[in-house]
Amino acid sequence: MEYNPTYNPFSLKGKTILVTGASSGIGRATAIECSKLGAIVIITGRNSERLQQTYDSLYGLGHLQIIADLNNLEDLTSLVNQVPILDGVVNNAGIAKTQPISFIKEEDLQKIFATNTFTPILLVKQLLRKKKINKNASLVFTSSVSAIKSDLGNSVYGASKAALQSYVRYCARELAPKSIRANSIHPGMVNTPLITGGAHSDDDLQTDAQKYPLGRYGRPEEIAWSIIYLLSDASAWITGHSLIIDGGISTLI
Amino acid sequence: MDLQEFVAHFAEQFEETDASVFTPQTKYHELEEWSSLIGLSIIAMVDEEYDVAIKGNDVKSSVTIEDLFNIVKERA
Repeated sequence: MEYNPTYNPFSLKGKTILVTGASSGIGRATAIECSKLGAIVIITGRNSERLQQTYDSLYGLGHLQIIADLNNLEDLTSLVNQVPILDGVVNNAGIAKTQPISFIKEEDLQKIFATNTFTPILLVKQLLRKKKINKNASLVFTSSVSAIKSDLGNSVYGASKAALQSYVRYCARELAPKSIRANSIHPGMVNTPLITGGAHSDDDLQTDAQKYPLGRYGRPEEIAWSIIYLLSDASAWITGHSLIIDGGISTLI
Repeated sequence: MDLQEFVAHFAEQFEETDASVFTPQTKYHELEEWSSLIGLSIIAMVDEEYDVAIKGNDVKSSVTIEDLFNIVKERA
């Protein structure tokens, strides 16, 4: 048999994919990598300048950018009305704030759960109700290794991501009759704006990175490639799965 | 902003170290009980008490409690 260079079950050619939180970090890398693999990408984020930067980095034609604060129900509804029928949704927008247990503020608790947990749930609900999700579509949710293991000062973030992981399993079961798949990904620490300039000093982050069996933190593209696998037809029989992408850190106790 | 009060808030984040140990000149990284979790608590305390956002790098680079107080005062 001849080798066929166009054979690629991992391709996203012909698929339309919505990526939330696309103005930076994992979301930006995912949008760009999806476009490189042939997808038409709809990107959304709050910051117009940074979203434009992502948009300008996309490969190919036909992409769309929609500025929206998805925690605002009006913005969310407007986004759902504007998007075409989707073959994939990457629920990626997320926030974190380091707070030891005895300092958790109700305001932060509400905000973190709103962004990380409630908004993806409400977005999927609306997309389904308005029939914007195609048959055989794939929903991917960015959870975190923090949903599975604990790290200091990150309880609210971890709990919000664990709630999301649990929701994804229900989503997988309930949407299976529509041939829609749902999976979560669980990155370890990835070099993105989410982790830098916060409560952990640069030195602490460097020391922490060395604890990873693979010796470093992840790159946004390395998360994007796993997301793309779950979006592609190569994962057609995978649903309700939690995929850990963490340089091996969760193998340590 | 009161330095003595800041020192008292700082001391509250420790369980074992007696409050009398803490002065503005205390080199807090050298305290036996010092840990990364206490560092996170100091950042959260500053947020709660003074509504000032300091970073891990500030806690790392300051030597004495007064050094950190000065950063907080500057940003208040």
